This record gives sequence, C-alpha cells and structure tokens, in this order.
Amino acid sequence: MNKTCRIVNLQDEYSQIYKDNLPFLKAGAPNKMNALRDDAFELFNVKGIPSNKVEEYKYTNLQPFFKGTFDIAFSSESAIQNNDHSFTCGVPNLDTHNVFLINGWFSSQDATDKLPEGVVVGSIREKAADYPEVFEKYYGEQSNDGDAMAAMNTAFAQDGAFIYVPKGVVVDKPIQLVNIMIGEQDRLVFQRNLIVIEENAQAKIMLCDHTMSAQKFVINSLSEVFAATNSVLDLYNIQNQHNLTTQVASVYVNQKKHSNVLTNNLTLHSGITRNNIRVTLDDEYCESHVYGLYLNDKNQHVDNYSFIDHAQPHCESFELFKGVMDDSSSAAFTGRVMVRPDAQKTNAYQSNNNLLLTDNAKINSKPQLEIYADDVKCSHGATVGQLDEEAMFYLRSRGIDENESRILLMYAFAYEVIEKIRVEALKENIRSLVEKRFRGEYDKCDSCVICGQQGVSASCL
Amino acid sequence: MLVIKDLHAKIDDKEILRGINLEVKPGEVHAIMGPNGSGKSTLSSVLAGNDKFEVNEGSVTFNDKDLLDLAPEDRAREGVFLSFQYPVEIPGVSMVNFMRTAVNEHRKYRNETPYSASEFLKLMREKKSLVEIDSNLTNRSVNEGFSGGEKKKNEIFQMAMLEPKLAILDETDSGLDIDALRVVANGVNKLKSPDRATIVITHYQRLLDHIVPDFVHVLYKGRIVKSAGKELAHELEEKGYDWIKKEFED
Amino acid sequence: MAEDQDKILEEVTGGEYKYGFYSDIEMEEFPKGLNEDIVRMISAKKNEPEFMLEFRLKAFRHWQTMEQPNWAHLKIPPIDFQDIIYFAVPKKKPELESMDDVDPELKATFDKLGIPLDEQKVLAGVAVDAVIDSVSVKTTFKETLAEKGIIFCSISEAVQEYPDLIKKYLGSVVPHQDNYFAALNAAVFSDGSFVYIPKGVRCPMELSTYFRINAINTGQFERTLIVADDDSYVSYLEGCTAPMRDENQLHAAIVEVIAMDRAEVKYSTVQNWYPGNKEGKGGIYNFVTKRGICKGDYSKIMWTQVETGSAITWKYPSCILQGDHSVGEFYSVAVTNNYQQADTGTKMIHLGKNTRSLIVSKGISAGKSQNSYRGLVKVSKKAENARNFSQCDSLLLGDKCGAHTFPYLETANSTAMVEHEATTSKIGEDQIFYCNQRGLNTEQAVGLIVNGYVKEVINQLPMEFAVEAQKLLEISLEGSVG
Repeated sequence: MNKTCRIVNLQDEYSQIYKDNLPFLKAGAPNKMNALRDDAFELFNVKGIPSNKVEEYKYTNLQPFFKGTFDIAFSSESAIQNNDHSFTCGVPNLDTHNVFLINGWFSSQDATDKLPEGVVVGSIREKAADYPEVFEKYYGEQSNDGDAMAAMNTAFAQDGAFIYVPKGVVVDKPIQLVNIMIGEQDRLVFQRNLIVIEENAQAKIMLCDHTMSAQKFVINSLSEVFAATNSVLDLYNIQNQHNLTTQVASVYVNQKKHSNVLTNNLTLHSGITRNNIRVTLDDEYCESHVYGLYLNDKNQHVDNYSFIDHAQPHCESFELFKGVMDDSSSAAFTGRVMVRPDAQKTNAYQSNNNLLLTDNAKINSKPQLEIYADDVKCSHGATVGQLDEEAMFYLRSRGIDENESRILLMYAFAYEVIEKIRVEALKENIRSLVEKRFRGEYDKCDSCVICGQQGVSASCL
Repeated sequence: MLVIKDLHAKIDDKEILRGINLEVKPGEVHAIMGPNGSGKSTLSSVLAGNDKFEVNEGSVTFNDKDLLDLAPEDRAREGVFLSFQYPVEIPGVSMVNFMRTAVNEHRKYRNETPYSASEFLKLMREKKSLVEIDSNLTNRSVNEGFSGGEKKKNEIFQMAMLEPKLAILDETDSGLDIDALRVVANGVNKLKSPDRATIVITHYQRLLDHIVPDFVHVLYKGRIVKSAGKELAHELEEKGYDWIKKEFED
Repeated sequence: MAEDQDKILEEVTGGEYKYGFYSDIEMEEFPKGLNEDIVRMISAKKNEPEFMLEFRLKAFRHWQTMEQPNWAHLKIPPIDFQDIIYFAVPKKKPELESMDDVDPELKATFDKLGIPLDEQKVLAGVAVDAVIDSVSVKTTFKETLAEKGIIFCSISEAVQEYPDLIKKYLGSVVPHQDNYFAALNAAVFSDGSFVYIPKGVRCPMELSTYFRINAINTGQFERTLIVADDDSYVSYLEGCTAPMRDENQLHAAIVEVIAMDRAEVKYSTVQNWYPGNKEGKGGIYNFVTKRGICKGDYSKIMWTQVETGSAITWKYPSCILQGDHSVGEFYSVAVTNNYQQADTGTKMIHLGKNTRSLIVSKGISAGKSQNSYRGLVKVSKKAENARNFSQCDSLLLGDKCGAHTFPYLETANSTAMVEHEATTSKIGEDQIFYCNQRGLNTEQAVGLIVNGYVKEVINQLPMEFAVEAQKLLEISLEGSVG
C-alpha cells in the first residue's frame, strides 16, 4: 500500500491519514506495537508537530518540513521498490554485519550464520513474533516520554530493525543498519528500532542513513536501547543525506548497573536534522558517553537535543558536542543534565564547542543543569568562536598556506570527537571523511560520502 | 597531658588502629614512625576528631578531659593542633580572615577578649617573622594555589598563631625540599616550651635530624610495636622497615 | 502579641482600605481589584497629565490580553489579581507601641546587622518621633545634587516637573508589551525614583542613603528610571539591607537604565524581602523587570545584585549593548533557604560592534529551596567582535535543595567569542573539618566558605553595602547546616 498524501495543515491531515489507514498500519504488526498506537496518536494529535514555540524545539521549527505531498508506504512491498541489491555500504577494512532497510522497511541482511549463537538481528515486525517476551518487555517502554515526535513514530511506525544480544555474548563484528531512502516521489518515512543488550553482553552498532534519489525525504526514526547490567554498547549514528532531507532521529537509552554505553552522532551532511538523545542512568555505577560532531554548510541545520537523566547514584556521564558552521548554515545544541534527588556521587561533565566560519552562520547553545542532589560534581561549558588567529599565524610562519592552515585547524577542532570512536576502522574512515569534507574534495552534496557510492548531482541544492 | 589507652578505630568496617597505647607529657617530643599503611595518619585524624573514622574501643584523655567526647573545634580550642598532611584549599577565604576567626574563637573559649584588628595584625606580623613565612602567603586564600612547601609552612604558621599545647605534625616533611624542611623544623623548634608537647609523624628519619625526639615509636599494623629513644630512628633509617615487618608479622 | 499584630496586618493589607490616609479623598474606601476605572483613579489621584493616563491605559489594555508566564523553574501559587488593592500608597503601616512589641526574631536580626535603634523602629513599623527626619535628609542631598544639575526625585514628582524627560524615556527600555508583570506595573505603578545625570557630570555620592528610608513606603509596583547623559557617571543603590516586614504578597517592579555616549551606570541591589517562614508560609513574590540600554558608544552598565529574600524571585537584570564598544556586566549572588525559590539571571544582547559582556553568577541553595540561573547571551548578526564570558557556579548545602542553570547562547556572528562555564559543587567535608581543627565551629566554617565563594560579586558592591550584604548571607543561611 502506497498512499500519496497532501499535507497542508499538519494535524488535520495527519489525523485523517491515521484514521483512514489504521487497518493497514495494524496489519501484520506485533500486538504491542498496535496496542500503543491509539494513545500515542492521541498525544501526537494534541501536541502536534513541534514549532519553535515549544521550548524543547525552540531552535528548530519542524512544522514547515512536515508539510508537502508525500508518499507513505503502508506495506513492505510498497516501500521496497527499485531494490536491485547493488548497494553495498561498507567502511573499508571494516567487516560488518549489514542489515539493509529501504525507506524504513527491512529489506535484507548478510547471512546470520557468522554471528555468535543466540544473537538475533532482523526485521522488528518479524522478530517480535519469534521473541515475544523480549518484545513485550521492552517495546515502547522508553519512548512514552511525552515527546510529540516520539509519539508520532509510535503511532505510525511499522518496521525497522530488531537486535538482541543474549547474556554474556560479545559480538565483535559491528552491526550496521543501513537505511536507504529511495523513490520517485517525495516520501515520509518511519523507522523503529529495538536494541536489547543483555547482562554482560557487548555490541557495536552503526546506524547509517543514506539518500539514493533526489526526492525530498522526511524521516522520523526512533531507536530504543536497553543496556542490562555490565553490558557495553557503542552506537554510532552516521548521518549522510542530501540537502532535501529532514530527519528527526530519536535515541532512547536505558542503562543498568555497571553498564557502559557510548553514543556518537556524526552528522556529516544533511538537510534539516534533529537528534533527540535521551539517556536514563537507571541503576548505580553506570557510565555514559554522549558525543556528537556536526559539520554544516549551505542552508543546513542540525539540532542536537540531549537529556541525560541521572536517576541513580554513583553514575558518570561525559558529554561532548562539537560543530563547524559554514555558509548560511545553523546549528543548535541543548544539553540537559538532570541529577535526581538521592542520585548522590554523580559526576556529569558536558561541553559544547562551536566554530562559526562565516557571518551568515548561526549557533544557539543551551546547556542546562538541573540538580536536586548535593554530593555531585557537575560542570558544563559552551563556547562559540573562530579559528585561533595566533595558531593560524604560527602555521603560516612555518610555510603552510592559509587554506591548508585553516583545514588543519578545523580538523584539529573536530579531532576530539573523532577520537571518541571506539571502532578503529570506523575512526580511520571518519577521520579521512572529515578531512575531505573540510578540504572540499567531496562535492558538498555528494549523497553518500561514507561508502563512496555515486551521488546524484540533482540533489545538490 | 595526653593518655591513649587501647585505642581501636576503623573506617568502613576495616580496623586500622588495633590497640594503641601512648602517653605524652608536657615538654616531650614523640616521633611516630612506620611503614606506609601502618595507621600513622589515622591516629592523627582520630585525635583531631575526623568522623570518617569510628573509634570502637579504648580511650583518649587530654589534660584529664575525655578527648573523644569533644567536637573537633573544641579539641582545637583545648589546644590540640594538627598539621595536616594534605592541607585543603579553601578558595575565596583569605588567610587573615580565617586566622582571625580561629584565634578569636580560641580566646573566647578561654574567656579572653577577642583581638581587635590592629592587635591581631601585630600578632600576625610577629609570628610571620618567627616562622619565616613569606608575607604574601597571608594575603592569599587559604592554601589556594600554594605549592606543597608553602602549604606546610602555612601549617606551621597557623600553629604559631594558635599556640597549641599539643601539636601533631602529620608527615609534615613529605615532599619538602631541604630548605622548606629547615624552615618548618625551625618553626617547630622555636615554638617548643616546657608546657607544650609535639608528636611528629613521619616515614623518614630526616625531619628528626632537625626536630630531635625524646621518644621514637614504631607503628605497625595499627599497634605500637617498638618504643625507644632517638637512636631507634637511625636504626630504622639504616635497616629500613623490613626487619620490623618480619619480627612482628602476625 | 504576635497574634494581635497579625490581626492588624490582615486588616490593613487583606481587608479593604479603611484608614483613608488622604483624608481629602472623596472615596474613603479604595476598592480591591483592577479595571480601567482603577487605573484612571490612580492617575487622577496622582494628578497626572494626560499622556501618563494614556501610558497606563495602553499598558492595562495590553495586560488584559496577556497570560501569566510559566516558563521559569518556579512553582508559583495562583495569584488572584482582583484580590489586590492597587492604590495603597503611601501605605499605612500598623504602628506598634514600642520595640517590645516587635517580633523578637526580627529584632535579633536587626541587632546582628547592627542597624541603629531608631532606624530599626522605622523598619519594624514602630511609631517614631521626628528623630529621623527623612525630609530634611533628603533636602540636604538634593541641594548638593542640584548644584551639579543632577535630578533625583520620585517618579511622581518627575512626571509633574520634568514631563518631557519622562515622556521621552519612560517605557523606552521596558515597553509595557515586554512581559505580563511589566504591563501590570506600567498600568498601576505607584511611585519610584527618577535620576537624571547631565552631560559630563560624575555624581559625587552613591544615590542610596536616603533611599533606604524612603523605600519603606514604596509600594508593590515601584518604577525606577535612570538616565545618564554623555560622559556621566552614577552609582545607584537599591534596596534595604534590613529585612522589611512588608506583607505585600506581590511585588512587580520595573527599573530602566539609559546610558548615553561614554556614560557609566552602576546599579547595585540588595534584596531581602520577607522570604516566608521555615515552613514556606508567606513571603513576597518578587517579579522584577530590570533592563538597561547602552545607547551610546563606549557606555557601560553594571548590575550587581545580592538576592537573599523573597519567597519567589523572578528577575533578570539585562543589558542591551547598542552602542559600539559598550560594556555590560552582571554580578549576582542568589541565596535560597527553606522553601524559597529563585529563578534569576541576565540577558546580554549584543547589537553594537566590539561590545563586551561579563556574567558572574553565584547561586547558593540550602534547605528545601530551588535556585536557578537563567541567562541569555545573544550576538546579533551585526555585532562584530562581540565578547562574552559567563561563569555560573552553584553551591549546594544539604541534599534536599536544587541548583539549576539554564543558559541560552545565541550567536549569529562569526567574529563573536562566547564562553560559558558552570560548575556545581557542595562544601567539602574536608574543608569544614580543616576549619573545625583550627577551632571554628561548623556554622562559622560554612559562613566563611560561603563568603569566600561570593567574594567576586560582593567586591563589586560599595564598601558599606558589602559589609551588610555579607552579614545578610550569614543570617539567610542560619540553620542550614547541621
């Protein structure tokens, strides 16, 4: 079922789309997924697509981007068109287990026989049936935090990826979820992922989003992550889409005792991007690393909204977001850190640094500390600045030309976030990509700089 | 003056002091030595009243008062001074203000009238020259940005200001260069008097070349295992602590 | 005795206005509530010119269309704006027979602050003979100031005497549309101060001394306007360093500051309104809009505030840096104890070239209080080479209180440098023990450490004020550490 929907007044039409297509939304989807739809829709309908009047979305008015004429796929067949399987997205020297999604729907994956026993990777709507206890226990447990975009996802999403790593299992090979946006019409896409890492288990997951045709894409994706006691998880969100893309990517992380989770949002190229990162430190002695790097030019806009909830004592969080804004691009950062009453012995560090390269670029930074316990060490810092002129001069006095000096210093600025990547091959790759991005070697609108696929020049807008 | 009887103390259920007995009389200088982790610093903390440590057995009397019954500030006002091994930094609080409050609290405790600002400053000048402390230090915040040596000199300066009956020097020599050590030791020696006693806690013999003890005690695993005159310190310097460890392994 | 006192207070403030202070007023009872007639009556009673009535009515009509803001990190109990008497100025205070009738706790506080007895009487509302003749004090100052051409008078007087200046500047920095409480104030403001410093004049004294006495009868809706012409300088002190026993629930004041070319204005506040009792009953709601504009090149506005009082504080003294090379500074200490709530900070709006701003905020929370810093640093597109540095520290005493920071950094110019740093910490046990070992008790230790922590801000206050502010801090934090 593919439907073409014209959206002018937002809630009026979204409400109609939901009501008209409820039977399609529910067809073949797991029980709990369907059970949560109505309440989620109700909430979404009351709140609506957030405008900049909503405090959490103060710097990103999403409303205009969710208007237009979009195709929405209500079944796998209608989503997966033109699937010639020729797409291989691989980081050189990095052996990954690849899962392909097309327009938010599961399409195919590498043979699972090389994964350790018990590890489950696949389509969420299919695997929910095979592992009902896991699905029932975790699905939708974090995404009900009142955010309108999360509610919209819960109401409309039908497929996505399911990753389950059982107790004590270590998955060496990074698992890569490649979402390919493709089609002949503008599209509105929902994707829903559920990631459960059981006790003492470890995994590394990469979320890679690509646009493969020149249409306008609006994506609402949501990943729920559960990291059980003593588990270790890395989650890299690599955003590399053309300028006509609007993506709202939400990641919810729940951590248990002694777990160690790293998320890194690497926004290398995109149109309008809003990342919601919510981490709940739900037990003692959790460690959380929340990082991000955003490189904007043209009219691009990236808004990282993070909320680290220190709900239990003795936890540590480390947060670092860095951005470089060129041309008329803009960026926003919100770093909310909450230390709940009794979450004593909390250490929370946050920092946001920005480089503005032109007079038309803009940055809004909003770090927030909300602290209700007294035995804590918390700090945050935010800076906006330019390349250090003294350093520029120093480099030039050593014979490096101005442009090269600029690139070197920009790269040096981004370096700190890249260094946080715990997958060596990916780190290498991101390093060279960032350098090339600064160097302008890639066409700024190349649609897929990660995997070297041919970009579609028509998407250069 | 100070009588410690069968003192046991623990932190987080781990017993560090396991029956200390010690008597210090006015005018005496006692050195307490011992290998790392033997309980030297715990002993000074317990005497000063740090509530991180729990005393579960034994008694300490100071001039016939039950010391363990007193709040830390009252112990100080009774005349117990601890020169901290790691003096804490208190940003924004000036040394002058800090010392003036402390000195006047002592005076109030003894029913003496507090010093006026000019009297106090005069006293401070005297004591500064006595312990050869750089006058800049007293213009700064308490210990903030002080070097290790400056912090220790500052402790001795405070001792001079407060004129305690019993001074406990907790590893005052650690990390000090020879000049700073000399300044610290001279300060201590100048303050010596027949009615004051000193306990010097140290790992090394070097400080004891400058502050000559009447008695040397060896602390090991929470007990005083050996007591003798100053010659014991030299013996320890020569032979190290291994022979003690061997002899008293339990 | 205390009960009687409460009864009297209730009669005067809660009930209808029975004791017509102006005996010549036709209407003996001024009704509660707010409507256009009340606004007209206020203006008429003050014999204001037509433009002032228009000013008030416009504000009132706009206020009616607005809603009370709820974005601050505050729990504000509902305020019934129709249950307030809007014209009670000068307010009749209950007069007590002697100092013996004064609440002993209040008296103890006065003693600690070292307030002279006569002044204590005034503050506590005891009938005083003509010992303090505020009028004559006022006059003496006025003469000195008049020689230099400085105008320093009440806003009401200024409306009559200097209507052109009022017309030109009143509402020019904080227009009535600005916010809910600003609109309310513009409609009903009772009185306040007006300062004009002519070109090239340095005001020879801190404008404060008489204000302390004058402030007693300044009502709920005061309004201050300071205009510093080219090359002038003034230091203005607001507030009363003794805890005012004022039973007004709601205070909604406005302060406007205008600094022309190379002018410098220092505005210092020590706010110590009644914070409510230990159980969180009573206390003032303090909703204040303070804003200055550096209109001229090389001008400078500096806000310093020590906020220890009020049950609720909602206050953001701000600077609009319009002139090139202009400078805005904000130094703040906000202390909350028991059930107090404070949401305070600043806005620095960089419009001109080479503008600089500095923010130093120190929050101290104790008891069950909530203390928030909220600040905006905005660098507009044309503000070349703007510089900002913000330092926001929070100190926590006790585990039932909260400390929050909400900075907003908005930068639209690539030559800007904006830096924000914030830390939250508690007083270290090791620091307290160190002080204990030197003979200080824990309360003294905390007092000393807190005063050290806020020194950077207190140092910005004029000497005499600073000493009292320090004492106030200690009193506010009494009993907060066990």
